[in-house]
Amino acid sequence: MKLDLIGFKNQLGLVCMENKYTYPFLILAVLLILFFFVNISLGSVSIPTKEIFKSLVGNIDNESWQYIIHNYRLPKAFTAILVGSGLGISGLLMQTLFRNPLAGPFVLGISSGASLGVALVILGSGFFGGIFASFLISKWSVIIAASLGSFLVLLAVMIVSSRVRDTMALLIIGLMFGSITSAAVSVLSYFSSAEQLQQYIFWGFGSLGNLSWQELLILLIIYLIGILMAMVSIKALNTLLLGENYAKSLGINLKKSRFIIIIATSLLAGTITAFAGPIAFIGLAIPHMTRQLFHTSNHKILLPAVFLFGAIVMLICDSIAQFPTSDYTLPINAITSLVGAPVVIWLLVNKRKMLF
Amino acid sequence: MKDFQNIVLKTQDLFIGYTSKKKENVIAGPINIVLEKGQLIGLVGTNGIGKSTLLRTLTSVQKALKGEIFINSKALVTYNPSDLAKQLSLVLTEPVASKNLSVFELVALGRQPYTNWIGNLSKEDIDITNNALQQTNIEALKSKKCFELSDGQLQKVMIARALAQETDLIILDEPTSHLDMYHKAYILKLLQKLAKETGKTILFSSHEIDLAIQLCDAMIVMTKDDVISGQPCDLIANDTFNQLFPNDLIEFDKNTGSFKVRK
Repeated sequence: MKLDLIGFKNQLGLVCMENKYTYPFLILAVLLILFFFVNISLGSVSIPTKEIFKSLVGNIDNESWQYIIHNYRLPKAFTAILVGSGLGISGLLMQTLFRNPLAGPFVLGISSGASLGVALVILGSGFFGGIFASFLISKWSVIIAASLGSFLVLLAVMIVSSRVRDTMALLIIGLMFGSITSAAVSVLSYFSSAEQLQQYIFWGFGSLGNLSWQELLILLIIYLIGILMAMVSIKALNTLLLGENYAKSLGINLKKSRFIIIIATSLLAGTITAFAGPIAFIGLAIPHMTRQLFHTSNHKILLPAVFLFGAIVMLICDSIAQFPTSDYTLPINAITSLVGAPVVIWLLVNKRKMLF
Repeated sequence: MKDFQNIVLKTQDLFIGYTSKKKENVIAGPINIVLEKGQLIGLVGTNGIGKSTLLRTLTSVQKALKGEIFINSKALVTYNPSDLAKQLSLVLTEPVASKNLSVFELVALGRQPYTNWIGNLSKEDIDITNNALQQTNIEALKSKKCFELSDGQLQKVMIARALAQETDLIILDEPTSHLDMYHKAYILKLLQKLAKETGKTILFSSHEIDLAIQLCDAMIVMTKDDVISGQPCDLIANDTFNQLFPNDLIEFDKNTGSFKVRK
């Protein structure tokens, strides 16, 4: 067993000889479990901690508590883990690909595409009317519209960018597409009723608590594909830290790697946005915070670290959103911004530079 | 006919330049050069004469207009990227994108063509990386971050990375720019030592003609009409260096091997 452990450590190949990353990883893993339990023990209905643990291993007598934990709090906590880690990792991928510390998962117009799709469904439903309209506003149609919207905008960005070789141009094209879609959303809003507008704005608040187990499973499958693609790209990502020309000279197939990285990001960020709404700042702030914590840019370390750290921060944000056992749940998007923006400012002021 | 075994890079009637909208814009050619094992070769020429274009063509960053390039007697165009990475390593003028890497991590990235899919370093990879650090005298910097280094130190780190890539040929684009006089000499002297000790062929472009004349085994001189290569003393004897620049301001002094301002 002991021998196996050593072999496993070598497998991990933690670059800097000593296992200096073991402790941070252990601490983060413990924190993740801790905040997972904190997260599921908080909510608008107060349930004793003992009962919560009991309900996790078996059934408890109070059926409504059982129902709340199994069908509401647990899926929400798992969603928080997937959302936080997924957005963090796609932010990490974008920051390295564009070698720009301000890049995030949404630079390629993914969230603006999703917004446009959702806006078309919610705000545009008035044009269709009747039974068709009520179908349009159902949850699945919103998810499908968001996915389609982000996919189509991404496709447009990719087609345009295939004509330019420069990665930085890709960044700007993504931003421009974002402007175009937000303009389209403004036009749609202008012609919408107050009720529709409210519905659209509520989608924009983001929500972790709306997913059923079935939806969670779909999110998980796509999430895993995205993570797998990110893992395959670790080597390319590390050489991209030197710059594109160096990466090429080290035998990296740049076109292929760039494609895989972009697809991984859009799968992760696109699906998360479709299911949970646009969630701000996590994708931008988590990679920076993780780099500060681990003092490395090596993606072999950063990828699992961002996974753990993103999940923890999202669980904390969600706990704050429903704290303390109040009847209201604050919009998650507001919490992540309130936490994320000061952190980015603190990093800039305190560390002078945002390294990546 | 030179010993075939010793030739690392050879060009045959090579024309370099750009193609834009069906029009070929030839910058230089025909170029016929031969780089041998263990040589330090300096590439000199005035600004805009095509030094960078030549290096970009030799390193397969851009296509040759005409003619062929052979690396270890295999045509450059037939190499796939990962095989070429084992033949040819680069030190470019562009700064490293991430300054957050440690020196060891950066040098170890030179082992990428040899590592597995996730980039794990074997014992051998770590030994070779340490060896490269030793050869460039930067062992003390090992765990420093790149943003803590001076330009001269950073250049040594980039050379160490190229060494760790274990290629027969190392090509450097203006490795001495931004450096002070001492470090210019230091870097070129280091390259000379490495070429001798490791048997690698090292080609660099530079504006330091005086230093290159003193340290190089061979030089490639790019002038408006021609690309001339040879040993520095032969080039001096043939008065090649006087063709380098317009001669209204400076002239080459054969006795001292350096340029003087016309009085």
